[in-house]
Amino acid sequence: MTQAQTQTGPTWQFRSGKQQLLRWAGWFWLVALTVFCWELMNRDTIWAFVADAPDQAADIGDRMFPPAWGYVNELWGPLWDTLNIATLGTIIGVVIAIPVAFLAASNTTPSRRFVRPVALLIIVTSRSINSLIWALLLVAIIGPGLLSGIVAIGLRSIGFVAKLLYEAIEEIDVRQVEAVRATGASGAQIIDYAVVPQILPAFWGISVFRWDINIRESTILGLVGAGGLGLQLQASLSTLAWNQVTMIFVVILITVVASEWVSARVRQAVL
Amino acid sequence: MLELKQLSKTYHTGDRALTDISFTVPAGQVVGLIGPSGAGKSTLIRCINRLVEPSGGSISLANTELTSLRGRALRKARRRIGMIFQEYALVERLTVMENVLSGRLGYVPVWRSFLRRFNGDDIALAFSLLEKVGLGEHHNKRADALSGGQRQRVGIARALEQNPELLLVDEPTASLDPKTSRQIMRLIQTVCRERNLPAIINIHDVMLAQQFSDRIIGLRAGEVVFDGKPEGLTDDVLTRIYGQEDWAQVRQDQSGTDTEKRSPAIDVAEGV
Repeated sequence: MTQAQTQTGPTWQFRSGKQQLLRWAGWFWLVALTVFCWELMNRDTIWAFVADAPDQAADIGDRMFPPAWGYVNELWGPLWDTLNIATLGTIIGVVIAIPVAFLAASNTTPSRRFVRPVALLIIVTSRSINSLIWALLLVAIIGPGLLSGIVAIGLRSIGFVAKLLYEAIEEIDVRQVEAVRATGASGAQIIDYAVVPQILPAFWGISVFRWDINIRESTILGLVGAGGLGLQLQASLSTLAWNQVTMIFVVILITVVASEWVSARVRQAVL
Repeated sequence: MLELKQLSKTYHTGDRALTDISFTVPAGQVVGLIGPSGAGKSTLIRCINRLVEPSGGSISLANTELTSLRGRALRKARRRIGMIFQEYALVERLTVMENVLSGRLGYVPVWRSFLRRFNGDDIALAFSLLEKVGLGEHHNKRADALSGGQRQRVGIARALEQNPELLLVDEPTASLDPKTSRQIMRLIQTVCRERNLPAIINIHDVMLAQQFSDRIIGLRAGEVVFDGKPEGLTDDVLTRIYGQEDWAQVRQDQSGTDTEKRSPAIDVAEGV
């Protein structure tokens, strides 16, 4: 904001000349980047295939319908596995995430200089690797199957849950903490009486939200051999059984809608 | 008995909050601590139970030197000092009963407090205190379901549940209406009389301070500029504490608003 006294009276500008210039430069680079990226994208595109796309889509679409309704009977087992991967993985992730969150929150960490960076590193590591990549690694380490999927989902969930939880811990009302401390309560009692009640709604909201995400993620973990619906999906894709693929999509869709409904209800109940 | 000697506090930002504060509070005396915002009232009472670390001087409560205590010994000393807060500072999502019982946390092992298994005596005391502050039936309500005045009563019950030797009260009426403010102040005064409990009440409202305390300490810029009987609060003294203001006019305005608030029947009649 700038203000100047001129002969016609005081003038007021929302932004100074320098701010204006910076904004223009920002927009310029954004446009330049877009043009550059468009250029990059087009270089490797084979336009013949693109021109052909509607026909291909129609062809696959044609083979996908009608869905193989009978195939659903072979999907109950993998679906159950998928739900188990998501649920157990979420539980593992949440159980590990709780202490990590308390160590990472600047108001509850025992040491800001040593412990907090370690906790933050755990969170970043877990978050920066996609659960599909975790599963890929784990299938190589502990072999294919449900366990790899569960551990992969768990490892990915630690960072997500711990990050949101430690942010919730840092945002608590300090006066309530002060009041409990003033009674002579010990550190553990302060956490129990002043911190936990304040973060409990956030905790349930985050956990259920992550469970909901994990259901979606665990449907594809089978692609790399970590069990569940993905395994079936890969089998159907590789045999070009498109109507089975559609059936799997339908099952995934219904599952995800159901899990979202559950998570919405739980979050409503705790807030 | 509480004794402060040359207490001073400098925040690490370099702000000098308190300078050489010395006074003694005998048993049963209710002290009103007044002064403009930023005078150091909150810092002063928080230094006593060490929610704020004093930078110099000494504080002793019945011959226990508080400023040097660490860890367990500090927690034991805090049990002896009850505190009532501005805007209540109740744990909003816990029940009234849990809030009151949290006054016993210093006496209860962690596992018992975690399972909410308090001693029968503690629970009986909590019930009788809730009865005393007029919230007998509300013990299972969540704290955030109560009104402001009710919450402050829970705050008082929590402080008394500690069976304290000293009561520290930080702006108890800051967000309450004039009538509720009076009720709360009267309640604090009554419990102090009954238990011969000394209290330091940090309060903005000069009229309330005058009416409900035995002694007034005036703080300005971290220094005691007045210490005496409430009757001694003349316009000159108020000017020394708060700066220039037409105090006669303030007193008049104050009593005017009070009578309005005390007779809401007029408003109702006007509405009809």
